[in-house]
Amino acid sequence: MAEFLQQLLNGLSLGAIYALIALGYTMVYGVLRFINFAHSDVFMVGAFIGYYAGKLVPEGTIWGGLLVLAIAMAGCAILGMTIERLAYRPLRGAATLNVLITAIGVSLLLEYSGQVFFGAAPRTFPAVFPSANFSVGGLVISSNQIVVIVVATLLMIALEFIVHRTKIGTAMRAVSLNPKAAQLVGINNDVVISFTFGLGSALAAAGGILYALNYPSIEPLMGVMPGLKAFVAAVLGGIGNIPGAALGGLILGVVETFVNGSQWSTYKDAIAFAILIAILLFRPAGLLGKFTVEKV
Amino acid sequence: MTIPTISRLLFLHAALSALHAADAPIKVGHYASLTGKEAAFGVATRKGIMLAVEEINTQGGVLGRPLQYLVEDIQSKPGESATAVKKLISRDKVVAVFGANASANSLEAAPICQNAKVPMMAISSTNPRVTEVGDYIFRICFIDPFQGAVLAKFSRDSLHARRVALLTAVNSPYSVGLSEVMRHDFKARGGEIVADQKYSEGDKDFRAQLTAIRSAKPDVIAATGFYTEAALICIQARSLGLDIPIIGGDGWEAPQLVELGGKAVEGTYYSTYFSAENDATEVRAFVQRYKTRWNGETPEAVSALGYDAMYLIAAAMKQSGTTEGPRLRDAIAAMKNFPGVTGRTTIDEKRNSAKAAVMIAVKDGRAKFHEAVTP
Repeated sequence: MAEFLQQLLNGLSLGAIYALIALGYTMVYGVLRFINFAHSDVFMVGAFIGYYAGKLVPEGTIWGGLLVLAIAMAGCAILGMTIERLAYRPLRGAATLNVLITAIGVSLLLEYSGQVFFGAAPRTFPAVFPSANFSVGGLVISSNQIVVIVVATLLMIALEFIVHRTKIGTAMRAVSLNPKAAQLVGINNDVVISFTFGLGSALAAAGGILYALNYPSIEPLMGVMPGLKAFVAAVLGGIGNIPGAALGGLILGVVETFVNGSQWSTYKDAIAFAILIAILLFRPAGLLGKFTVEKV
Repeated sequence: MTIPTISRLLFLHAALSALHAADAPIKVGHYASLTGKEAAFGVATRKGIMLAVEEINTQGGVLGRPLQYLVEDIQSKPGESATAVKKLISRDKVVAVFGANASANSLEAAPICQNAKVPMMAISSTNPRVTEVGDYIFRICFIDPFQGAVLAKFSRDSLHARRVALLTAVNSPYSVGLSEVMRHDFKARGGEIVADQKYSEGDKDFRAQLTAIRSAKPDVIAATGFYTEAALICIQARSLGLDIPIIGGDGWEAPQLVELGGKAVEGTYYSTYFSAENDATEVRAFVQRYKTRWNGETPEAVSALGYDAMYLIAAAMKQSGTTEGPRLRDAIAAMKNFPGVTGRTTIDEKRNSAKAAVMIAVKDGRAKFHEAVTP
């Protein structure tokens, strides 16, 4: 029983990170109907901003950790908006395939510029948050796992609030529903899309920091696998659907952890993806995806 | 010219060449990466061999002749080893060759030495295939499976472990090989393998495997992969409350282990060839001589291996009384318990070196000599 609960906790903290990255994929898809493959590399840049910012604040303090988180999120929001402005906006209205190829190009550009600027060797991420272990029965909870779950939950609540309770959120949903009609009622689509990229990239940065806190070895290609998993999570939950992305991330994290702890650990990715295929066979739009209703 | 004159001349010539041979240096060659990505290994090896050559020459050389050391730079590039070793053998007429550090380079040059019947001594090429090229190819280091046996003995005898959990990188032949031998030998020593978990190189999350390992209640965890994953494994094991010793092979030996792992790698052990902190008299004396010769530098494991390789070949020359290939080869192959700074070396029937490994303990953020282990 203790082992089951421990694995569940491990899985939830991994899944929370997948969920944060998946949200970025899903939001951009909701608004623009295309997969932003550079998203996983924004995640990596977030971790590196955190690495450099982490050297400026004292280690192991809560305010220092939150400051690093804020700096990385702001930095990546700017990066995300810049990518959108320079690489995707000129292609607005072009065939989806062109934008998709551009996204792959931007992804490779970020990965290999990262290797030039940061070097290909792994670096040690500083322990920016205070760390301790708590023992409850047979369960050991590390403070980093608590930080991951708390920060991820707060960010998802904030996102839910922005999308449903604010003017810009309403505009996002409007653009997602019908871009032309949104323009007719006076919404500036460029601003909304730019905001969506900024928001998604900020979440990716938060994911990057949380990931690096738990697995403190960072390198320029670190985004590839988590990015792929998060993409799967987004599709699993129903791409374009925000609660779906969160649910998909959690499911994937938990399944992966349980398989990893069993004797079939070599097949962990195969099993995770097989579950994806199975779910999509029965629910082609994903777990929470609907064909008609809201898509942001 | 009369016949006696010719015979006299011939006699004179023969006498002169005998005289010449007596004084002519014995040439030994070395192909090494002195530049490029593996330069650190090649340069450190060269310094070890040169120190040995200089010491032997001040003691009067071998068979009354001085040694001459020739080195060719292979620039850490594929293809260069073959060219370098051909030049050493056919132009410079070396009688023995020291191999490279990387197995790939040694594999390239080995067939050439084999065909020319010139004994080759690889330095730190641990791939078992290197000495399988032919009967003229030897190595001064131990091979990967050997470390598995060392780890099994160390956990059983020194750590008094009864229950061991294995954590293997399934896509690394090195790690798989190490775990396989460890699994077999630890059972043979009366221990029990209570968990056999796997991961892939590049993985970052090991909590699932470690949680399963924790439930199996082992005394020791053996993580047989490389240092990046090893450091992350230690961090996550400690965060799950697993405060037992974690051990590994020489794949752990890198400054990044402590850098990444921090406090979590305290109380871990790994095996390697040589430690400059070893307290044995001969090691201390070697470290001192090396520091004096090379401006205070501390010898690396490969420097010690190079040093021992030169002395071993010199000993083989003395024993066979000759430098000609086949007989020198036989003398090297028959070498037993040869005392060196990396322990006593015995050349086995597969021309690998069986010798003691050194266990390093991580304490106070530093890698410290713990003990020597002979399986």
